[in-house]
Amino acid sequence: MPVYKTKTPIPEQDPKQRIKNFDEVALGYTTELALREAERCLQCKDAPCVRGCPVNINIPEFIRLIKEKKFDLAIKKIKEQDNLPATTGRVCPQETQCEAFCTLKKIGEPVAIGRLERFVADLELEKGYEIPEIKKKNNKKVAVIGSGPAGLTCAGDLAKMGFEVHIFEAFHEPGGVLIYGIPEFRLPKRIVRIEIDYVKSLGVKIFTNVVVGRTVTIDELLKDYNAIFIGTGAGTPQFLNIPGENLIGIYSANEFLTRVNLMKAYKFPEYDTPIKIGEVVGVIGGGNVAMDSARTALRLGAKEVHILYRRTEEEMPARFEEIIHAKEEGVIFDLLVSPIRFIGDENGKVRGIELQKMTLGDLDSSGRRRPIPIPNSNFIFPCDMVIVAIGTIPNPLISRTTKDLSFTEYGTIIIDEKTGKTTKDRVYAGGDIVTGSATVISAMGAGKIAAKSISELLLYESVF
Amino acid sequence: MFKILKKIELAPDVKLIEVYAPQIAKKAKPGQFVILRLNEKGERIPLTIADSKPDGNYITIVFQEVGKTTKLLGRLKEGDYILDLVGPLGNPSEIEKFGTVICIGGGVGIAALYPIIKALKEKENYIISIIGARNKNYLIFKEEIKNISNELYITTDDGSLGYKGFVSDILRNILESKRRIDRIWAIGPTIMMKVISDITKPYGIPTIVSLNPIMVDGTGMCGGCRVTVGEKTMFTCVDGPEFDGHLVNFDELLLRLKTYREEEILSLKLLEESEG
Repeated sequence: MPVYKTKTPIPEQDPKQRIKNFDEVALGYTTELALREAERCLQCKDAPCVRGCPVNINIPEFIRLIKEKKFDLAIKKIKEQDNLPATTGRVCPQETQCEAFCTLKKIGEPVAIGRLERFVADLELEKGYEIPEIKKKNNKKVAVIGSGPAGLTCAGDLAKMGFEVHIFEAFHEPGGVLIYGIPEFRLPKRIVRIEIDYVKSLGVKIFTNVVVGRTVTIDELLKDYNAIFIGTGAGTPQFLNIPGENLIGIYSANEFLTRVNLMKAYKFPEYDTPIKIGEVVGVIGGGNVAMDSARTALRLGAKEVHILYRRTEEEMPARFEEIIHAKEEGVIFDLLVSPIRFIGDENGKVRGIELQKMTLGDLDSSGRRRPIPIPNSNFIFPCDMVIVAIGTIPNPLISRTTKDLSFTEYGTIIIDEKTGKTTKDRVYAGGDIVTGSATVISAMGAGKIAAKSISELLLYESVF
Repeated sequence: MFKILKKIELAPDVKLIEVYAPQIAKKAKPGQFVILRLNEKGERIPLTIADSKPDGNYITIVFQEVGKTTKLLGRLKEGDYILDLVGPLGNPSEIEKFGTVICIGGGVGIAALYPIIKALKEKENYIISIIGARNKNYLIFKEEIKNISNELYITTDDGSLGYKGFVSDILRNILESKRRIDRIWAIGPTIMMKVISDITKPYGIPTIVSLNPIMVDGTGMCGGCRVTVGEKTMFTCVDGPEFDGHLVNFDELLLRLKTYREEEILSLKLLEESEG
């Protein structure tokens, strides 16, 4: 049988339709499509794809099980390594991870590993998940700070190993960036909630409304727990620090997305949290969060949404798929422009951005071509709403309230990468709080590493 | 879920509640606040902690019913529950022995000021309190503050009690009398804090204000509460809520507070209509 050179396409909502709703864009494979795609996998003995997976899923094996229509076993195989497969199947940048190493890339497109992962994960969500075997409780307690991808992964793994795990979450709902950040149309909250329920079913207890650093400190927690994992992410939005940035109508992407996703401002006044959408929206940035913000603004009724980015599309950190989706939906890309100042009216509302045109120079430390300002090229971009999506940095609350924990100048926690161990005894960390804003799956990988180190430390101690 | 243990109506639309929250009570210090959410569809709003004891199980919150959420909160009875409550948030007030301190409270801000006066008194400061409100019914915590202040001045807009006029008038008189004043605290409506900061600036007396901008999370992750202090943008929730009043850009804050005025009016109107 000939191998298809291209991925089996995934059915999607029509762009004209989907910009009017918050339903998921990618609809997922049918059984028939999944079987066809699974058939493409060459079952390479050395499994190069696994090298690209931060949580080491046995990819050829789960795809083989799909081929054999053993879907239950396929999801079990994934869940040996990944507690949140319906999430990672949707939001992982597979193109730079597992799929980047796929042998099929030599002749065409790689196997759509993410879509297959999502297929079996969704099948299980429909049916109800099975709770795996949990080791006998070992009387050791671990506190996990933050209930995002890193925390949920670390907690789930430790619970399976028999530890008593308590997660502390600052918000009223667990999930971290999966709940407040990634929009419904890319990652339905119903799915996140079921995956969190799965982690709870492993025995993990989640305490919401606890701000570690305020309600309780790391040092206080150490009196009650044998070890701590910090997975608080990079939650503090960065601003440009240019004039006029506090005008009304200028939001951080974090605020905009939190209002819409977590607080459901898109259902105001049924829900109490409001949001004001402009007619012309400028989104500053070129990452996934910028795309999410732009596409959310369109769905909320903005007439025109522009991505304003200082380099070109090639340098954009956003996933290719998200750029395509944004374009299909009508987001306008204004490239090689950099904001100089915001212009407001007498009521303090934003009315425009002064932009400067840029050109690309030599490679910088990130390996991308450096944007260079073009003199006397400034112009005014009129708009009545701005979303600043230029990245996030770690929240300062834990660093300000914990002694003996070492941080970099960027506020990220310094760890030993092999173990996740911080400079403070019994305290581990992983995810964006260590790396700065990165991906869901790399945070999950870090959560796994820390879980393993914590179990080794505590089980070793209990022997002596 | 957080149980309301006690509820007192201090003025027609100003209420005091004691909420069972041992973890927060143990930690709360003067100057800090909580964020609450009443129900699944509710918004998150910040409210200052008016009182708490380290060995107590509850915190005291005083609020004025101005929008939908505070109106609904005002209707909860003893034994009812608040869905979500998180705190203590913000930095505690910096309390030490300064010498003579003027503590100025306006309206419901008097409640936020009260724990600060108590803490200042414990550090043996000489306390001159100035509290003001629309009319005598809104002069909350009057007796409590009287008992711990060395001097107390009262103002009402309508003259129903004390001096007829504003707290700023009394402050001006004291400053003009050339008494030595080491520090000033001002908590109340934003416009009051602006006026007071303007008055004290020429005297160079450190003036602390407690800001109450629009917030969502209260933990530093949205930036909705950003204010300009000096030349820098600060997040009120993690860098404040108290700031040097001489450096705060109050005009910007006053404008930003109006961001959702139309939506606030709509929410309130729909609430009233739904009840006929």
